[in-house]
Amino acid sequence: MTELKKIIIDDQEIEVDPAMTLIQACELVGIEVPRFCYHERLSIAGNCRMCLVEVVGGPPKPTASCAMQVRDLRPGPDGQPPVVRTNSKMVKKAREGVMEFLLINHPLDCPICDQGGECDLQDQAMAFGVDFSRFKEAKRAVDDLDLGPLVSTNMTRCISCTRCVRFTSEVAGINQMGQTGRGEDAEITNYLNETLNSNLQGNIIDLCPVGALTSKPYAFTARPWELSNTETIDVMDALGSNIRVDTKGREVMRILPRNHDGINEEWISDKTRFVWDGLRRQRLDKPYLRKDGKLVAVSWAEALKFASESISGKNVMGLVGNLTSTETAYALKKLLTSVGGFVECRTDGAKLPIDNRSGYVGNAKIDDLDLADEIFLIGSNPRDEAPVLNARIRKVWSEGANVYLLGPKVDLTYDYLHLGSDRSALKKLVTSTLKVGEEKNVVVILGVGALTGKDGSAVLGHVMKLASASNCKFLLLHNAASRVGAMDIGAATPNGISDLMSYEVIFNLGSDELEIPAGPFVIYQGSHGDMGAHRADIILPAAAYTEESGIFVNTEGRPQLANRSGFAPGDARENWAILRALAQNLDVTLNFDTLAQLREGLFSEHPHLRNIDSLSESDWCPELSGDLGKGDFIYPIKDFYLTNPIARASVLMSELSAQVKARNSNRIAAE
Amino acid sequence: MLSDTDRIFTNIYGMHDRTLRGALARGHWDDTKSILVKGRDWIVEQMKASGLRGRGGAGFPTGLKWSFMPKESDGRPSYLVVNADESEPGTCKDREIMRHDPHTLIEGCLIASFAMGANCCYIYIRGEYIREKEMLQLAIDEAYEAGFVGKNACNSDWDFDIFLHHGAGAYICGEETALLESLEGKKGMPRMKPPFPAGSGLYGCPTTVNNVESIAVVPTILRRGPDWFSGFGRSNNFGTKLFAISGHVNNPCVVEEAMSISFEELIDKHCGGIRGGWKNLKAVIPGGSSVPCVRGEDMKDAIMDFDYLRNDLGSGLGTAAVIVMDSSVDIIKAIWRLSKFYKHESCGQCTPCREGTGWMMRVMERLVSGDADKEEIDMLFDVTKQVEGHTICALGDAAAWPIQGLIRNFREEIEERIINRKMTNVNKALAAE
Repeated sequence: MTELKKIIIDDQEIEVDPAMTLIQACELVGIEVPRFCYHERLSIAGNCRMCLVEVVGGPPKPTASCAMQVRDLRPGPDGQPPVVRTNSKMVKKAREGVMEFLLINHPLDCPICDQGGECDLQDQAMAFGVDFSRFKEAKRAVDDLDLGPLVSTNMTRCISCTRCVRFTSEVAGINQMGQTGRGEDAEITNYLNETLNSNLQGNIIDLCPVGALTSKPYAFTARPWELSNTETIDVMDALGSNIRVDTKGREVMRILPRNHDGINEEWISDKTRFVWDGLRRQRLDKPYLRKDGKLVAVSWAEALKFASESISGKNVMGLVGNLTSTETAYALKKLLTSVGGFVECRTDGAKLPIDNRSGYVGNAKIDDLDLADEIFLIGSNPRDEAPVLNARIRKVWSEGANVYLLGPKVDLTYDYLHLGSDRSALKKLVTSTLKVGEEKNVVVILGVGALTGKDGSAVLGHVMKLASASNCKFLLLHNAASRVGAMDIGAATPNGISDLMSYEVIFNLGSDELEIPAGPFVIYQGSHGDMGAHRADIILPAAAYTEESGIFVNTEGRPQLANRSGFAPGDARENWAILRALAQNLDVTLNFDTLAQLREGLFSEHPHLRNIDSLSESDWCPELSGDLGKGDFIYPIKDFYLTNPIARASVLMSELSAQVKARNSNRIAAE
Repeated sequence: MLSDTDRIFTNIYGMHDRTLRGALARGHWDDTKSILVKGRDWIVEQMKASGLRGRGGAGFPTGLKWSFMPKESDGRPSYLVVNADESEPGTCKDREIMRHDPHTLIEGCLIASFAMGANCCYIYIRGEYIREKEMLQLAIDEAYEAGFVGKNACNSDWDFDIFLHHGAGAYICGEETALLESLEGKKGMPRMKPPFPAGSGLYGCPTTVNNVESIAVVPTILRRGPDWFSGFGRSNNFGTKLFAISGHVNNPCVVEEAMSISFEELIDKHCGGIRGGWKNLKAVIPGGSSVPCVRGEDMKDAIMDFDYLRNDLGSGLGTAAVIVMDSSVDIIKAIWRLSKFYKHESCGQCTPCREGTGWMMRVMERLVSGDADKEEIDMLFDVTKQVEGHTICALGDAAAWPIQGLIRNFREEIEERIINRKMTNVNKALAAE
């Protein structure tokens, strides 16, 4: 760290890193400087001019505090620390002036604007503007854009802060947005009227400080002050992005990101953000029994009675689905082992090692990427598997890191060196061991899809060997939010799902991506009428991820607590409660009667889960590197927008999926 | 009056041979090596001693600017960029250098680049300057052929390349950082300073951006010595200067004169006086469209240099593009036209200029017809103050100053027009009854 520099801001003296900008220094002393274009995760544009401050002794005009670094301030004549004022007459005048300019061509249609109530322009006009208008000329009008089904535009409201342009080009890695024209005719536009081709585009809605870019699906459905906010965790991928779920009554109206520097920074993928219409559709709200080949709605008492009768005395296999919380998996395991059954969470057939946490989690943190000089992606397409992580890799890449991809070539939004697509390339990489300098930070990311083959253990073994030999960090990138938590509690059997057909009864807890062949009796517990429910003989309707509290352990092994933002529809119940009721019917005594007791039991057996939002280190035990098979690595996600039952129930996700297909097929036609 | 022997630009009217042969005959490229062998520091010191202030408008001391360039390279190359994007309304001095006396510029580029350790120089020429570009390129090719530039330029062991880049015609690209953006192939939008170009300019490398005239005078200053150069003009305003006089004079011209010449002498000696005599002089914009206008009667005794025009008249020398307006001019409309120009040329990057230039132009439009209230004059003045100093680059200031000059100097004329308009409206209404 460089030497700190002393500055005085509004009579408060503070020592800061000279690389800091004035706006950051002001924040340190608790002074908020108004801004529109400045965003700490984007490059500095300095174009809104709202953050002007006075530098005493400098030029006789105010300075943009977002762009001026502390090191560029000159000390006083006798070496006194530089003085910055944010409340002087000059600053007040400058802010009022800029505010007036921003408002002269702004439509002031707040009553019909979706941004109303959470609009930076409104708030700052109240705080820093004037209460009169001198502008008598006609206002500017701008044509709206078609950015696709997610982002609604009203470009007349645009204040040209260029946050959206900077986000799409810097973070999302697409170049469909830009500013054309000059002077007051300058407009933010999409190149050749193309719609945005990114699964992170929803973030520009949050970034837009005014109502120019708003959410299309959420349009005109609620005002921010009507919503209740619940801070929770996303389950659409294994990243565990921090989100806020906004509800009105019992409906989820929208999902927004929360800041977590270690995981999602402040971005979320479009699937995370817009999946909520899937929470309203295809819901299982009554228990069902299959009678004469048809599913018939029954009462809970009947369903539970029938379920317990079909379980008792049989050999049972429980499957833990991708969106299942750790508590639920734990309760299922407790229940089924007490009747002599087994539980399995690796429903995709990945050869994750049981009891070797360094094997199924790795030893890298997500924010280790920030310091990486080299990133190896093996059998993983992070753009589909974890878009926010991909944006992070892109950030590191744009700061100079090298990215290597081992797997079929795909568009990752950044350049990478392609090492080959198949297993022999992995073998070559391992035998050559990385030629990396001692001081280099290397992170190897292994996609869980690479472990689903017969040689899954060998692939894992090879990658771990590579990681130990070259002393680099290893991250296993999961696709399922539930997986690490379920592995942590040991919801796995040595044979995995390979001998599924040898069980008489399968208790399917929300696993909808696995086709269960005819034969076993299937009890399905879950939230949506998807593949699992279609195959079921008994359906026990359960809550979705926004409707119950639960712990999810993300792909780097960080337990996080998801909170309940509403209630499950109809007769659907929280998962743990259903299992508890079933235990009662089976005359099994479990060690809990409430969720709190369940957690206490979970924590006492697996103490690391108690430390919410903290990472526990696991011992590094490389797996044996057996013989690798042949063939290309195959990425597990075929359709980003339709990976789980909630997304498949969403009309919007289907539309997005169709749009991507159309885009890809058009491209081929044009070629 | 400057004697012919003291002129730096001896072919400014293109009456003599413009090729290398002619330039050699006029003494350019005369043993340039002997200047270079005296070393970087010597050149910079001589330039500092000459008191040359930048000829692009801001008047920053040239030698001082050069001394900001790093003495030792940290691995990055240094660049000299010559700003030939002469687009200010009224300004037409650099084009005369480039089309009639181009070798002064090319020789200056070599010496200046050497003085700041740059092996490479870019000249960014205005998009509309087609013939000028051709002439300059011809001269560059000649210099390459003669071995004056290129590898081992002038046998000095200094490798020097010079590239001519043709702009696309945007006024804003004459702003030094917008020029660098444009040169890099991006949209010509000014960058924020700091970092200044001397630290991080073209392609992130140390760069000095100089005006054509500032560079073109360098060889002669070094040959004849800083004392000769500082023999002209008042203290702090030394040297000779190209003045470009346009408008209502009998003989509009570009002429090299000593700094601090009186306005009267400049007009009477070189331009054949004001059209219709000195009593007919209404207003003068003494430094190109972006400086405030001055009333004719204040201008007659004015001293044409940086300090007098700024401190005594509240205007500026700018590029010394003197726009003379006689009493036939509708001064409000004239300034409105400038407002329209700045509105058109604003790049749209930062708020005050993007929104302010259009607003100011529209209010000016109404002032032209008188269709306004008296209070709006003060409002307009306040708006110009809200633009001035709040923008990324100086275009905001340039848009604000002409209007401020108008309001300061010709307020009664604006008010009169508003009153007349109101009276006409009333009369019309009465007649209609």
